[in-house]
Amino acid sequence: MQAELKHGARESREMMLGSDAIAHGVRLCRPAVISAYPITPQTHIIETLSEMVDTGELQSQFIKVESEMSAIAACLGAVSAGSRSFTATSSHGLAMMHEILHWFSGARMPLVMVNANRALGAPWNIWCDQSDSMSQRDVGWLQLYCETAQEALDSIILAYWLSEQIMLPVMVMIDGFILSHTMEQLLLPSQREVDAFLPPYRPAIFLDPENPKTFCAAAAADNFYQLKKAIAATMETAETLLAEGYALFAGRFGRSYGHVEPYCCDDAEVVFCCAGALSGTVRVAVDQLRQEGHRIGLVKLRLFRPFPGAALIRLLAGTKRLVVLNRSVSFGAAGTIAQELRAAFYREDCRPQIHDVIISLGGKEVFPATIREIALRAAELSPTESIWIG
Amino acid sequence: MLWNVTTTEYLTSGHMACPGCGASLSLRHALKVLGGQTIVVLPACCMSIIAGAFPSSAFSVPLLHVPFATAAACASGVRRSLLAQGKKGVSVMVWAGDGGTFDIGLQALSGAAERHEDFIYVCYDNEAYMNTGIQRSSATPQGAWTTTTPAGKELQYEKKDVIAIVKAHAPAYLATANIAYPDDFMAKFERARDLSGFRFLHLLSACPPGWKIDSSEALHISRLAVETGIFPLLEQDEEKNLRLTYVPQSWLPVAAYFQAQGRFKGLAEEDIDFLQQETERKIAAYG
Ligand code: SF4
Repeated sequence: MQAELKHGARESREMMLGSDAIAHGVRLCRPAVISAYPITPQTHIIETLSEMVDTGELQSQFIKVESEMSAIAACLGAVSAGSRSFTATSSHGLAMMHEILHWFSGARMPLVMVNANRALGAPWNIWCDQSDSMSQRDVGWLQLYCETAQEALDSIILAYWLSEQIMLPVMVMIDGFILSHTMEQLLLPSQREVDAFLPPYRPAIFLDPENPKTFCAAAAADNFYQLKKAIAATMETAETLLAEGYALFAGRFGRSYGHVEPYCCDDAEVVFCCAGALSGTVRVAVDQLRQEGHRIGLVKLRLFRPFPGAALIRLLAGTKRLVVLNRSVSFGAAGTIAQELRAAFYREDCRPQIHDVIISLGGKEVFPATIREIALRAAELSPTESIWIG
Repeated sequence: MLWNVTTTEYLTSGHMACPGCGASLSLRHALKVLGGQTIVVLPACCMSIIAGAFPSSAFSVPLLHVPFATAAACASGVRRSLLAQGKKGVSVMVWAGDGGTFDIGLQALSGAAERHEDFIYVCYDNEAYMNTGIQRSSATPQGAWTTTTPAGKELQYEKKDVIAIVKAHAPAYLATANIAYPDDFMAKFERARDLSGFRFLHLLSACPPGWKIDSSEALHISRLAVETGIFPLLEQDEEKNLRLTYVPQSWLPVAAYFQAQGRFKGLAEEDIDFLQQETERKIAAYG
């Protein structure tokens, strides 16, 4: 009731930090257990959540653990015992969770975790790049990348909605500092609206003395193989289900999302592709270039796991040049997103020339002017090598 | 003595322990005391195998297998989840080996103890990494043979004093126990069950292959560990001081304990003399 009064029964328009927007998104999903450890630039999220728990605005058990590994492990225990849970992390924290990330998906436990994208040392660096989450692409978690705080807030609600149906965990990414530490005007849904969209978490089986079951027992090869195969099969259905979620969400909240979001792509000769807040910068550059008469477009990648290859092929099959802007790199190979796109287009006869640009690591700034320059000189970009700008 | 122990089995026969395994015997009785309203959290250890492989389980209480380093964190989550749902009357118990407690799990254990999380943490201590084939852990006693201390002569590392470490966290309950003394063992589990907050039990659990003893010898050797003072039976009193819950009429020489086990073959006489003095010093500290 208190939450209703404070935030109103209706959707409201508010100015807030990206981190606070996320905390409100989490509050609206009513996790019964939150467990977290601070790490820059995620820290504000959990600070705001602890205040909400303290004031009673959010009724939740908040476990202030001693490490990120314990943060996600506590969520594993909480979800196994039947509670919706939440955690947030970044960078080294996410790396420390790696083992438990596998365990979570392998155990088919739903969870939503926000990761504020940040570089990994050495050398120490607290600024934004996406190598932390992109290097977790094989752990069986869904990955959503957000361009704005509004998108992040909405994605959290959508992520719980999806995660609990497919029984796989979802990671929602925001670019550290760029989204977490800047103010944005956004629409805050009311608790009533979110309750109507997101049903309470009621798992079919959980740790229950009345119906005792063993969770995560050892499994020999045949069973192990089948269980892992089932994750792959679920990942394939996740895309369709999430698309349904977008439609339902749009009907209720009026904001629509997609796995991949094209901007000015219809007649574009050069299309940029990137994930996260960088899309905003590229959007500005595309607008300028369009005004100057250049046929430039952008495809924003929201869903990274499962990789929406088919959707990208539909969108980009006729495009001449695709310039992929990566904020992460797989050393010895290519920019992570570029690698994925090349793999997706491998079987296609008609495919764009894919240029792999490593544009920013460790917070290296990207300006619209740089994007403009790349667009105008796209034909000169090497088709085979990674291009490091700057 | 007549024991009031249920005939219900929560760890059923057909489990996968080696014959004479002290850990499985301990768990069987611990669960009898705690009863069916118990959730067990199990990090990597021998018991992960003993419990059985998918799709069967030797446990008839809910069991959550968890990654090695995370038992105390996972148990915190289980308890908070029950709290959030308003579920009362369920015991949450971590059942971890010495590796999962003394070594890789120590950080999570410390975190949960310091937060006074409400569950029972049991360490069944077989004094090495037995599940991977008998490698030294920080619970391995001085001079014991393992596959990573092949000579068994290294006296430079003392067994880590996990009881002192946990005591420093001011737990709600703290005790050592050994299934060779079942009345003491079960009384301690009863007290732990009936309290709330962070409760810790350290069990010495004989391991026939790891200790190089016959599988019929586990209880006999376990008893020697207590009678010689190598593993004193302790409990925290109301002032939070540790006191002995069992004092033999006279302490046996530690040599009796060492000589009964193949793993201590490398100990020289002067080592045994040294360890005798050490043991006496430690026992004296408990008054
Ligand atoms: S190795 Fe030792 S502790 Fe492990 S099951 Fe066998 S006897 Fe028990």
